[in-house]
Amino acid sequence: MTAGTRLLRMIWVGWVFRVKEMTRSGLFVFTAVIEPLIFATLTYYLFSAGSKPETVFYSALGAGMMGIWSTTLFASGGAVQWQRWQGTLELLVAAPSRFLLVIFPLTLGSATIGLYSLVATLAWERLLFGLPFDPVHPLLFALSVPTMILGLGALGLLIATSFVLYRNANALSNMLEFPVWLATGVIVPLSLLPGWTEGIGWTLAPTWGFRAVRRSVFGGEVWPGIGMSLGLAVVYIVLAAVCSTVFERRARERATLSLT
Amino acid sequence: MSLTSLRVFFIGGLLSYRALFGWLSPWVMIPTFVIAPIFQILLFTYIGRAAHLRSDEFYVVGNALQYASIPCVFAMTNTVAGERYQSTLGAVLVTPAKRIPLFVGRSLPVILNGFLVAAFAFAAGGAILRIHVPASSIPALALVLFVTATATTGLGLSTAAIALLARDTATLSNIVFGTLLVVTGANVALEDLPGWMSTPAQGLPLTHGIEAARRLADGASFGRVGGLVAAEALVGLLWAVLGYATIRLLEWQSRIHATLERA
Repeated sequence: MTAGTRLLRMIWVGWVFRVKEMTRSGLFVFTAVIEPLIFATLTYYLFSAGSKPETVFYSALGAGMMGIWSTTLFASGGAVQWQRWQGTLELLVAAPSRFLLVIFPLTLGSATIGLYSLVATLAWERLLFGLPFDPVHPLLFALSVPTMILGLGALGLLIATSFVLYRNANALSNMLEFPVWLATGVIVPLSLLPGWTEGIGWTLAPTWGFRAVRRSVFGGEVWPGIGMSLGLAVVYIVLAAVCSTVFERRARERATLSLT
Repeated sequence: MSLTSLRVFFIGGLLSYRALFGWLSPWVMIPTFVIAPIFQILLFTYIGRAAHLRSDEFYVVGNALQYASIPCVFAMTNTVAGERYQSTLGAVLVTPAKRIPLFVGRSLPVILNGFLVAAFAFAAGGAILRIHVPASSIPALALVLFVTATATTGLGLSTAAIALLARDTATLSNIVFGTLLVVTGANVALEDLPGWMSTPAQGLPLTHGIEAARRLADGASFGRVGGLVAAEALVGLLWAVLGYATIRLLEWQSRIHATLERA
């Protein structure tokens, strides 16, 4: 078996394992299934009660994408934390494969499950509130969604590798849910936020992934969003490789891997 | 109440709260109780601005009070669920201690926690978004925050009761938190919600407390919101009674079906 085949096999096995594991966790099923519906309902009533009801579907799509981020973030923080709780983190770090390559399929699997949030939210909005779903560029929509997921997965990977050192990684990752929703403009246009937040948003792949998905649905240039999302995903993976090496070494030195 | 019951109520309750080790670490407390509520307030305030809906004050008050449900529901549930997880629930329930001080005593530190979190979120959110609240309203607002935290802890006692039966209490607490976020008027005014949401909300904690706090922030006197505060207290009391009754019932059931140690 060549090195490339081994790598692909590892990513595939890790991805399948993660998807199976996630669908058996009550807490994760809540995050992926119920929380998006709560936010879809909330944003629907918020925007339909406002003076710009034409933004209702804009917000509905945003609520679906918010769900993908929640799922990815929650599972990325948990990717390391759950291994720690189960006593398998040391084994994974000691395994011959690089720790980064072990964690990547886990975060990618989580982001993939997050796709359910988008589908569930759109179905919920359609069935309960009668909102139509008719993308302007269906093919680009089909392309921009996996691109967005790859970007989210890569950001999740960066978060997960940074959390190797911390025993309470899940609390830190939970904290990032609302700030990233704000900074990426997923539900609130960036033009409404203070100017300095725009720079933060540009460095986040979800900003561009969400923008690509939104423009594929409502019309507009989709490719810049796809390109930036992919480019930032590569940057995140490189940064994650550095973090993984540094933090893994420090965790070994400080003997914190097994501390719960 | 005997001296022993008082000790169980105060010291037992405090010990139980201190045993929430995972929560009391600064690594968890600061992100959960300090940073997250501020961003929840900011998120909904900006959504409100984007939707051209309500004033910033509406979201600051609603979300500051609603965020009290994190300690009040999660911590209250964990004080019972944690006992089972650590396999100490059997030892607690086999003691001759009276059940009211045993379980209700655990709520006192949780109420204070909820009150402080809501007060901090209100102050910080208000300062960041430059909300003006009349100084004369602050004592009454503090009282409303305390009553609301108490009422929400009553709901937490009910979810704690379910912790005797269900294993995945984190999911349950998250569902309760999400429901309170949607239906209590924290972000969407009750008149904008359909009847099947706004009517049951009258029986949930936070609904009347949030409304009272909004009126006080607008300069109303305490006398004008006394009815709302009383309604909030009554709702909390009913939830607490329901929670206590359910705990007793499930304690009895768990002895019969040997489900006490099912972690």
